[in-house]
Amino acid sequence: MLPELFFAYFAVTIVLFSIFVVTARNPVHSVLWMLLLFFHIAGLYLFLNAEFIAAIQIIIYAGAILVLYLFVVFLLNLREELKIYRFIGGWPSGLTFGIALLAVIILSIRSFIAAPPGKYSINLIREETHTKALAKLLYTDYLFPFEIISVILLVAIVGVIVLAKRRLKT
Amino acid sequence: MFENIIRPETLEPIVRSVINIGIILINIAIIVGIALFHVAYATYFERKTIGHMQVRLGPIEVGPHGILQPIADGLKLLFKEDVIPQVADRTVFYIAPVIFFTAAMTSLAVIPFFEKFVIADINIGLLFLFAMSSLGAYGIVMSGWASNSKYAFLGGLRSAAQVLSYEIAMGLSLVGVMIMAGSLNLSEIVKAQQTYPLGLYLIPQILGFGVFLIAMFAETGRCPFDLPEAESELVAGYFVEYSGFRFALFFLGEYIGMFIMSSIAVVCFLGGWTVPQFILGIPLIGDILSKIPNIIWFLLKVYFFIFLYYWVRATVPRYRYDQLMAIGWKILIPVALANIVITGLIKLWVKGMI
Repeated sequence: MLPELFFAYFAVTIVLFSIFVVTARNPVHSVLWMLLLFFHIAGLYLFLNAEFIAAIQIIIYAGAILVLYLFVVFLLNLREELKIYRFIGGWPSGLTFGIALLAVIILSIRSFIAAPPGKYSINLIREETHTKALAKLLYTDYLFPFEIISVILLVAIVGVIVLAKRRLKT
Repeated sequence: MFENIIRPETLEPIVRSVINIGIILINIAIIVGIALFHVAYATYFERKTIGHMQVRLGPIEVGPHGILQPIADGLKLLFKEDVIPQVADRTVFYIAPVIFFTAAMTSLAVIPFFEKFVIADINIGLLFLFAMSSLGAYGIVMSGWASNSKYAFLGGLRSAAQVLSYEIAMGLSLVGVMIMAGSLNLSEIVKAQQTYPLGLYLIPQILGFGVFLIAMFAETGRCPFDLPEAESELVAGYFVEYSGFRFALFFLGEYIGMFIMSSIAVVCFLGGWTVPQFILGIPLIGDILSKIPNIIWFLLKVYFFIFLYYWVRATVPRYRYDQLMAIGWKILIPVALANIVITGLIKLWVKGMI
């Protein structure tokens, strides 16, 4: 009973907060709702016994990426967003697409098959600690995808430096 | 720590869990009480230390040698008028100091004060501390923005950039410790240190310790990296519009932040609550010193670092902003990365030894 209650709390609040993120008129408030959202997602990870991912979720997303977002919002100096009424309402098409998407999702849920249970049961992870179990998998079985992601990130970093340096010269 | 008082196996499961929660609550109350008392007297200690370093007396009027000064200051802050700027974003203005203070207090939960005395003995202790320190940055940035004042806003922006850059250096400097201990649990890190020379990681991890020490000052926004609140340029930086108890929350958060950074340094590099082994080796003195309770050793080491904070504040002038960024990105991060590679290679090649 208690686990279901916890999950229900997280599920409901995550949905609510994501709606608040989109509907907040002030961009800084929107970032703050996002911060709360990230903390609840971390809570959901903890609930799944994935403590390492929960911590990384907060350190990387809340601690680094969201602060950068906040920085950009500050530098753009946006205050309240303007509210202007549209000439043509977009809600009929929005509703149609929304219902269509929902139907697709519901249909795909029906064909959902649970994967066969692997070697890593909850007890094994608890015994080995989640960090160690994740690291072992990441650096043995999934080393190649991991390296590819690193290279992609490196490309992004190099690209940023090239762009910044070019503007500096001219 | 109360295992001997009650015998858990004789009780009903529900009673047992209620008692467990009760014990945790008592522990929390003890730690919060000690932390607030610490903040009160850390300010007194700071003013006295810096006073004597500058050849003056420091607080002397309230009580003998000014010993009641922190209590007088606390009362003053409580009874001050709570001024809120008219154009401030009220909700965020109210929340910001609470976020800052909560982040600092929550970090206390994972710090092992002595063996088995830790509120939450979690496996990701170090990562939890990083997460909370990055949450604390929000308190600063938000207070700067919500005040709607130029000084506060500039202070908040500076602090966001500073905390962001130095958190990377701080995290990387502790990776060496993680590699050597093979764990992120702070109690395990202390235990793992016992097999190394002198029972300290200070010597094999001297590079990491150096980087951590510098990042520690920047992360708490203390001198010589107190740019977010540089008095001569920004009046008081991000909390310039706060008064009364909201200001006190920032104050408490900053001093608890210093305590936490010092505790991380002690736990990761100076062997936590354990007695340094080279002292135990001395025939007569070692026996006497090993009788001293572990908590005293822990606090002695922590207060050494807190003294270091004050010492540096009285000695070193403030850095310029570009110098701060250059130190963080061009020196500390490369050194910390080199430290990780060296530690990893040595651990691979010379298993067992350093």
